[in-house]
Amino acid sequence: MLATDAQTSQSSLKRTPLHALHVASGARMVPFAGYDMPVQYATGVLKEHLHTRSSAGLFDVSHMGQILLRPKSGRLEDAAHALERLVPQDILALAPGRQRYAQFTNKSGGLLDDLMVANFGDHLFVVVNAACKADDEAHLRAHLSDVCIIEPLPGRALIALQGPKAETVLGRFCDGIASMRFMDAGARRLNGIDCFVSRSGYTGEDGFEISVPADAAESLAGALLADEAVLPIGLGARDSLRLEAGLCLYGHDIDTSTTPVEAALEWSIQKSRRNGGARAGGFPGAEVILDQLEQGAARRRVGLRAEGRAPVREGASLFADAASSEPIGTVTSGGFSPSLNAPVAMGYLPSAQAAPEGLVFAEVRGQRLPLRISPMPFVQNTYKR
Amino acid sequence: MTTLYTADHEWLRIEGDVATIGVTDYAQSQLGDVVFVELPKVGRTLKKAEAAAVVESVKAASDVYAPISGEVTEVNEALAAEPALVNSDAAGKAWFFKVKIADKGELGSLMDEAAYQKHIA
Repeated sequence: MLATDAQTSQSSLKRTPLHALHVASGARMVPFAGYDMPVQYATGVLKEHLHTRSSAGLFDVSHMGQILLRPKSGRLEDAAHALERLVPQDILALAPGRQRYAQFTNKSGGLLDDLMVANFGDHLFVVVNAACKADDEAHLRAHLSDVCIIEPLPGRALIALQGPKAETVLGRFCDGIASMRFMDAGARRLNGIDCFVSRSGYTGEDGFEISVPADAAESLAGALLADEAVLPIGLGARDSLRLEAGLCLYGHDIDTSTTPVEAALEWSIQKSRRNGGARAGGFPGAEVILDQLEQGAARRRVGLRAEGRAPVREGASLFADAASSEPIGTVTSGGFSPSLNAPVAMGYLPSAQAAPEGLVFAEVRGQRLPLRISPMPFVQNTYKR
Repeated sequence: MTTLYTADHEWLRIEGDVATIGVTDYAQSQLGDVVFVELPKVGRTLKKAEAAAVVESVKAASDVYAPISGEVTEVNEALAAEPALVNSDAAGKAWFFKVKIADKGELGSLMDEAAYQKHIA
């Protein structure tokens, strides 16, 4: 009855700079995107999740890719302009010290990856998904090398500190933390270490992501964990937290076959890149995406709340009613929400059948379970805007 | 009363021709916080090794396989209201279902306590 992912580390897997700390902390390690990563600690997924929502959680996200884009001309706007070839976001308008959510698109308007882009004054700093980072780096080199030096940072760890007490905890190590707003980003000295800090994360909580040199990562993580408000949190709770926050997981809720409009990510595409904007289009798949921004897409990612207690997991087919034979959609993420003490899911439905409060049915072990189409986030975010 | 175990981390308490079946404390510790349990219908005839119940944690769903063949005579309704019982008392209050044993010969392949402890060591 037990899944085999409880098997411990395999030597072929890569390790983050915090690997030894995870093992010493009693983490259960699992393979994830080629890395041996902590899925949970002795605390367990449920309590780790709730602790992050009520206090502060520390996450090792060092498996993610960190890449600098340095303009060869020395002018940041050249790098920003070049990156706009690959993403439908406005990068030129991104002010120094600010960060923005973006997506790499393909020719058909699908998503190669989603990412964070920060303006660090004389260069851009991007954070991409672990499973995509080699492809992303190649993609950047292929399309931006005329303008930018592409500088991956494999020698840096990435630590997320998330939750209502994150500001107070981090503030003990660095001045000016409290004055950062959501999506502010820049170089900060923490505990005597030169870091890049952004006020962001992927839990729906206020919090920070800290890029730190690998050789200083364990001491910084140890210093943060020494605060009684902070517990280490594994990938299990990271997944349930981002699901409650309505955030997409690449490779599940979004991939090369989903457009930003289908994925309900229109909010991330600024007016300047849309039809009639100053720099409309000019990114892969622009015809498809710009058209969908005006006309809508045939399907749409929606939030789903189960009427009963049974979790509805990724891959479950969705039906218009309890008896129909043809599915109308699929669940792309689903599980149990510890905050709501109820199952939640997200999935794709035909846009005509995606209106909030509508009822659809998921097939789970041969039964049709009713699901209510629900606004996201499922749990209100607490970003300090 | 004898308690037997499967390699898949289920326990069976044998009383006459009825077996009470649950998951072991080791299993619950590996599953993590249980948030939902689906039980078989009373009256269903189970064949050994077929999926009989489902136990779900925040993260994943796991099947519980019928350790022996037989008809389901009773299920533990308390688990529907309080799935966390599986974590707090796996070997006791969190029994899953009872089966009228169809073939006592099937019990021969199960482990006793000592063998199971060795299995999970």
